Amino acid sequence: MNQLTLAIIFYVFAALTVLSAAFVVFSKNIIYSAFSLLFTFFGVAALYVFLSADFIAVTQVVVYVGGILVLLLFGVMFTNTIMQAELKTDVLHVVPGTLLLILMIAGMLYTFYTTGDWMPGEAQLQGSVVQRIGFETMSHFMLPFEMASIVLLVALLGAAFLARFDKAHKNEH
Amino acid sequence: MEMFTTIGLNHFLTISAILFSLGMFAVMTRKNAIVILMGVELILNAANINFLTFSKYNGGMAGVMFSMFVIVLAAAEAAVALAIVINIFKTFKTVDVSRVDTMKE
Repeated sequence: MNQLTLAIIFYVFAALTVLSAAFVVFSKNIIYSAFSLLFTFFGVAALYVFLSADFIAVTQVVVYVGGILVLLLFGVMFTNTIMQAELKTDVLHVVPGTLLLILMIAGMLYTFYTTGDWMPGEAQLQGSVVQRIGFETMSHFMLPFEMASIVLLVALLGAAFLARFDKAHKNEH
Repeated sequence: MEMFTTIGLNHFLTISAILFSLGMFAVMTRKNAIVILMGVELILNAANINFLTFSKYNGGMAGVMFSMFVIVLAAAEAAVALAIVINIFKTFKTVDVSRVDTMKE
């Protein structure tokens, strides 16, 4: 593939990511937001492939789309009675928020584009990084890897404990 | 033209800046707690793009590993946060964060 084709594919995924993220933020309907978030996550996963982090892209699809998005949808359905048909979300601080949005984008882009050229390293990541992730996990990042397992276990137990249903009923009777 | 056809570091940084600002906007302006969570996920994704970009153009593996741990923590965070949101809904019968203003029932 030549440079131009790659650039066009990149711009398609970039536009998909940014536009669907904007729709998540600006849409008043929560269900629309949640489904638009799906496209954002897929677009970001495609950008990860451009950054030669294929394993992270697959993890992104599995964890975010398969886990977090489903969890968010369940949250939407639990906390809104469907019959009510009022899946709207109100807004507050719109003017300061918009101001902050514009100022933040402008400030970051100004910083990125004016602080001189970034100097890329000599050996950039090329091709697949799966093997190197395996080596790093079992050597330099052993302790964080094990701690992540403990964090996940504790978070799982904590979430199941917090969200169980019988506690509220016991208090009522 | 060269600037647009050669995908470089600045392109990814631009996308991540836009995603981060949109997430910030959602956290600031939405009243629904679940949309605020979606904004937090956008912010985490923007941070991940930055990690992977600098890792790619630096050649090291630290950014890739960190982005993996960020995904792990995002999963844990989403589970616990949604449990808290469901508890708020059970107590206050709403997830409107501007109406949740007491700490005891």
